[in-house]
Amino acid sequence: MKLDVKMNTADENLIHLNEISKHYEMGSTLVRALDGISVKIQRGDWVSFIGSSGSGKSTFLNILGCLDRPTRGEYFLNGVYVEELGPNQLAEIRNREIGFIFQSFNLLPRATALGNVMQPLVYRRIGHRRRREMAREALDRVGLGDRMDHLPNQLSGGQRQRVAIARALVTEPSILLADEPTGNLDSRTSADIMQLFDQLHSEGQTLILVTHEEDVAGLGDRVIELLDGKIIRDRRAGEPLH
Amino acid sequence: MFHVILESTRSALISILAHGLRSFLTTLGIVIGVASVVAVISLTQGMSAFIGESFSSLGSNSLTIQSYTPISEAMRGVRARLTPEDLELIERRAEGVASITPILYASRSSQVRHAAQTTFSQIMGTTYAYRDVAQAWVHSGRFIAESDNLTRRRVTVIGEKVRDDLGLPENPVNEYVELGGEWFKIIGLLEAKGDVMGFDQDDIVLVPYSTMRSLVGNQSQIDIQIQLSLSEQAAVDDVTRQLTALLRNAHNLEPDEDDDFRINTAEQLMETFDTIINMVTLVIGGIVSISLLVGGIGIMNIMLVSVTERTREIGICKAIGAKRHHILAQFLIEAMLLSLLGGLIGLALGYGLGTAISSSIDSFPPASIPLWAIALALGFSGFVGVLFGILPAAKAANLDPIDALRYE
Repeated sequence: MKLDVKMNTADENLIHLNEISKHYEMGSTLVRALDGISVKIQRGDWVSFIGSSGSGKSTFLNILGCLDRPTRGEYFLNGVYVEELGPNQLAEIRNREIGFIFQSFNLLPRATALGNVMQPLVYRRIGHRRRREMAREALDRVGLGDRMDHLPNQLSGGQRQRVAIARALVTEPSILLADEPTGNLDSRTSADIMQLFDQLHSEGQTLILVTHEEDVAGLGDRVIELLDGKIIRDRRAGEPLH
Repeated sequence: MFHVILESTRSALISILAHGLRSFLTTLGIVIGVASVVAVISLTQGMSAFIGESFSSLGSNSLTIQSYTPISEAMRGVRARLTPEDLELIERRAEGVASITPILYASRSSQVRHAAQTTFSQIMGTTYAYRDVAQAWVHSGRFIAESDNLTRRRVTVIGEKVRDDLGLPENPVNEYVELGGEWFKIIGLLEAKGDVMGFDQDDIVLVPYSTMRSLVGNQSQIDIQIQLSLSEQAAVDDVTRQLTALLRNAHNLEPDEDDDFRINTAEQLMETFDTIINMVTLVIGGIVSISLLVGGIGIMNIMLVSVTERTREIGICKAIGAKRHHILAQFLIEAMLLSLLGGLIGLALGYGLGTAISSSIDSFPPASIPLWAIALALGFSGFVGVLFGILPAAKAANLDPIDALRYE
């Protein structure tokens, strides 16, 4: 990555948000989706953001994931001042630093499980054979080694989410960003997925999870509550589930 | 860059195959466009061969050899010549020649006079073999005979136009005409041939070669033309090559020197026809290629639909790290491949169509597509794909990732 951007190498925080705001014009009213959020997240943390719908958590996630830009404020990711990057540099950051896991899985419907996991590697200069190997390893890691050649619609919800997790993991990102990862799953499958997250966390993976369910949020180290675009509480969570 | 193209081609192929029927219907416009262009070209090319054939059946499967002096040489006073010795050499050594005759043009006046009538014509000294070479048959009287040549008789065979111009009777045999101040007895009248491409074949006066030589005899060095017809099996190219080698050798030309003679074939007239046919091909081809543009618009339309349809996929790809040029290349290459595929199908179809039409007309030679037409058809359809793929591809590449991901 080009380093002609503002760096803050002294910052040991993986994520450092300073007074982030996001405002929309909606008709004649100004919507403050985010209103002055400051957070620091360390490497290896598991942080859950919780809030009801309209609390600004999706907007927050988009900004964290470099999909969206804040109206105001500073965002340092791994010491890089993200606001100064162009669209292609942001794409590169998303590819290298961030693994997205979505509520609706967001798999490519015409690609197999293996193809989906290989896709992020297409945007790096990695040969087809090496990509295949890496994708296999990632699928093995989430316990889907036997379903590689299935299309998404041949897989159950839990399996699809595992494919999505494998796709997020294959690039070895700094952060795993999960948006309501269990929102479309039944309780048993949810528990399996959360257990997978716990395992990844114990392996040192930084996890950021956005949810509206208290018991999902409670599994991390730290719970941050959002309301109307503001942080209203930042607390330690109980022991994670095993 | 190569990596991007390779990956885009891979995913474009998957996408085209995933919607087999739709892809085919989309590219149908290109298929039809290319098919009609190729059919037109293969037919006109066939037509050109057809006309060529008619020409050779008209009589001249013949070659004419003339001396040739480049202007730069002529300015220095050097003149290339064909000599009676060259004629003799060819008669002895060349293979594939059926008949051969020298032609010596009158060097002074080509004025022809009978009584009070005067006209200008082409006066040529030649031998009996001219009849076979030029397919010149007499209508009345007789042709120049070998004995006329040997004894340098002052006799002449005239064309129909000359007879008419001089006001000679229907049968002018035994009348006299004055050629370059000498009187010649008419021994024959040639059959009227009409004109070919504006050249009147009947405006002609033939005298024995030796007679003509003696008339121009005060010039020490004469320059003749040699006209010859090919035997059935001989190929024009082979004979031309052979004659070139013979004459170059006889004229002591170094390998780096240009020929000091020209071998002209009856094909030169055909070439004029070819030029016309090529014009027609271009005009019709141009009109038909409008349908390629229509095909291109069809591709653009479906590509735009496809971009809308795959908005969410594009969003996903952007979220996991696709840059603008990745998305751009993917859709551009998809459009190009789609169009190129149509071009290939159209090529096969057009060739089939041309063959079907040509074989349903008697005596029409098989349709043939020249290589340039294949290259043009494929190149143009690829170009159309890129041209009309740009808009949809740019639309896809410029999508905002969040909007794209939210798209239902």
